[in-house]
Amino acid sequence: MKDAMQYRQARQRWSTKNRRRNRILTLAAVLCTCGLLFFANRFADEYQIRILNMVAIYITLAVSYNLINGITGQFSLEPNAFVALGAYSSALLTMTPMEKGMNFIIDPCAPWLAQICVPFLPAVIFGGLMAAFFALLMGFPVFRVRGDYLAIVTLGFGEVIRVVANNLQTVTNGPLGLKGIAPYTDLWWTWGLAFVTLFVIIRLVNSSYGRALKAIRENELAAESMGINSFRHKLLAFSMAAFFEGMAGAMLAHLITTISPMLFTFFLTFNLLIIIVLGGLGSLTGSVIAAIAFTWGSELLRAVEEPTDIFGWFTIPGIPGMRMVIFAVILIAAMLFWREGIMGRKEFSWGWLFGLVPGGKQKKSV
Amino acid sequence: MTFQLFLQQLINGLGLGSLYGLIAIGYTMVYGILRLINFAHGDVMMMSTYFAFFGVSIFALPWWVAALLAMILTGLLGISIDQGAYRPLRRASRISALITAIGVSFFLENAALVVFGSRPRAFYRPEMFRAIWHFGDISLLSLTGYTILITLCLLVIVYFIVYKTRMGMAMRAVSKDMHTVPLMGIDLNRVVAFTFGLGSVIAAVGGILWAMKYPQIEPLMGIIPGLKAFVAAVLGGIGNVFGAVLGGFILGITEILLVAFWPELSGYRDAFAFLLLILVLIFRPTGIMGEDLPE
Repeated sequence: MKDAMQYRQARQRWSTKNRRRNRILTLAAVLCTCGLLFFANRFADEYQIRILNMVAIYITLAVSYNLINGITGQFSLEPNAFVALGAYSSALLTMTPMEKGMNFIIDPCAPWLAQICVPFLPAVIFGGLMAAFFALLMGFPVFRVRGDYLAIVTLGFGEVIRVVANNLQTVTNGPLGLKGIAPYTDLWWTWGLAFVTLFVIIRLVNSSYGRALKAIRENELAAESMGINSFRHKLLAFSMAAFFEGMAGAMLAHLITTISPMLFTFFLTFNLLIIIVLGGLGSLTGSVIAAIAFTWGSELLRAVEEPTDIFGWFTIPGIPGMRMVIFAVILIAAMLFWREGIMGRKEFSWGWLFGLVPGGKQKKSV
Repeated sequence: MTFQLFLQQLINGLGLGSLYGLIAIGYTMVYGILRLINFAHGDVMMMSTYFAFFGVSIFALPWWVAALLAMILTGLLGISIDQGAYRPLRRASRISALITAIGVSFFLENAALVVFGSRPRAFYRPEMFRAIWHFGDISLLSLTGYTILITLCLLVIVYFIVYKTRMGMAMRAVSKDMHTVPLMGIDLNRVVAFTFGLGSVIAAVGGILWAMKYPQIEPLMGIIPGLKAFVAAVLGGIGNVFGAVLGGFILGITEILLVAFWPELSGYRDAFAFLLLILVLIFRPTGIMGEDLPE
């Protein structure tokens, strides 16, 4: 009895000590990244900064997409739709009435919208809320009956967003899209959003909600019989993912400053699917690693679409569109031969890192 | 709107609905058996139109030979997709198979874009489908009439296969319990391959008729019909071939009538099927003729 008490106390001391250490290390890592960003902001050229921004946006998207696909195990194909929603709603909010007047040349902007102009941050949050609202609207009928229709419903929703953006001339300016959106997004915004997303989703996954989500992934029936309300949990995960995807869309709109319905095709969703599969379905760490690797890698892959010289005497003509074929092959091959991806379902932790250093391994909880 | 005009639109809607129904049959059979949404189905249909197109334009075959050949090739394509991409994942989690399915779909679309080019190509419409039939004030393209007839004939054939043959009995058994069936001495893989083959051949018929209707084809033409056909399958009750065709008819007719009554909504036509899907899921998730499938 006494032994058990002592054991428990020792364990508690050990874990508080470790937790404090981990927290300090995490903070240090975040500060290091911020330092690097500061230097990048000062010294990197425009192209590199653009890629760094895209990396952060892809991290945000991949981590939130993994929450619904990997952690909860509900296959969905929504990111392009929610990114489009977030992009359009935030862009319309931040545009001044004058800018709107210059954009809407075929039909004037709807009167209720024309005078609205809000600062960047509220607009971004509103973009996220719009996406979350539509996620609830879709998730409600789908999760109530059959979760595996989610994929086709979200795929259809992506098409609907495109159709609506093309046709609702007075709100979205139709196929012309919106031009001259203020370039508010910089490295601080995108990486800030990426960190906030990571923080919130990691906290969620490690909470009892997260354990419930994983239980639903493993066996929904068993989870339900343990008293987990799977409908509510799935809805929570889905709308949470949508919220962050919408905000990432808002960042994207204010980064590239020109949006049109053509921009948010299924290709975006497909990229994210590759990222979360390669990183490991259900591993947030894997999503971050794969998002970074993929964003750089897909820039390199542009080479296959341009003519390549081999030693100057032989030229391979570039094949436009070949990149997409390669992506598709990568995804199918990963599913068939490498279903674990980089991380499987494991997560990075400081304890694991210390375990790698010989002698640095702490006494395992007695 | 006069009654004649209404009837006219009804016939047009039936013609369009038949095409949805033909594609939906493949969806509904595969879902019924494997609980897999075969995202590549719409793209398989697209490939069938290219097979027929090249048969006519490059090999100068008579159109019906090209169509038959395209049906056979599409059937083989469906079977090889199943054997190559889905079969290794039969025992994996369902999400793996779904991800592979979307990968196959994306692969077919983009490979077609690279190989065939993105330019739409004119599709040959044979002489017998160009005539215009008149019934009183109603006139319709003979193609529409033939489409409806072919759909009904195929439905009878599929009914016969599913309910009167040994293979059909095996299919129905697999849809009830995939894990017990192999214990009864039935070759699961043959049944699944047959289902994919049959569904793809019927999709090829739908695809070729579709291509003759609009007479042009392009690599991304399969996406929207594929989505709508899935809605039709859910509407009719997934797993039920009659339901698939019935759902196709309903979807086609409502779509045409909607545009006829409210022409200003024609831009939103593609969004309507989606709305219908949501409504079905809210009010009757099992569809019109569907029985409750075990999850």
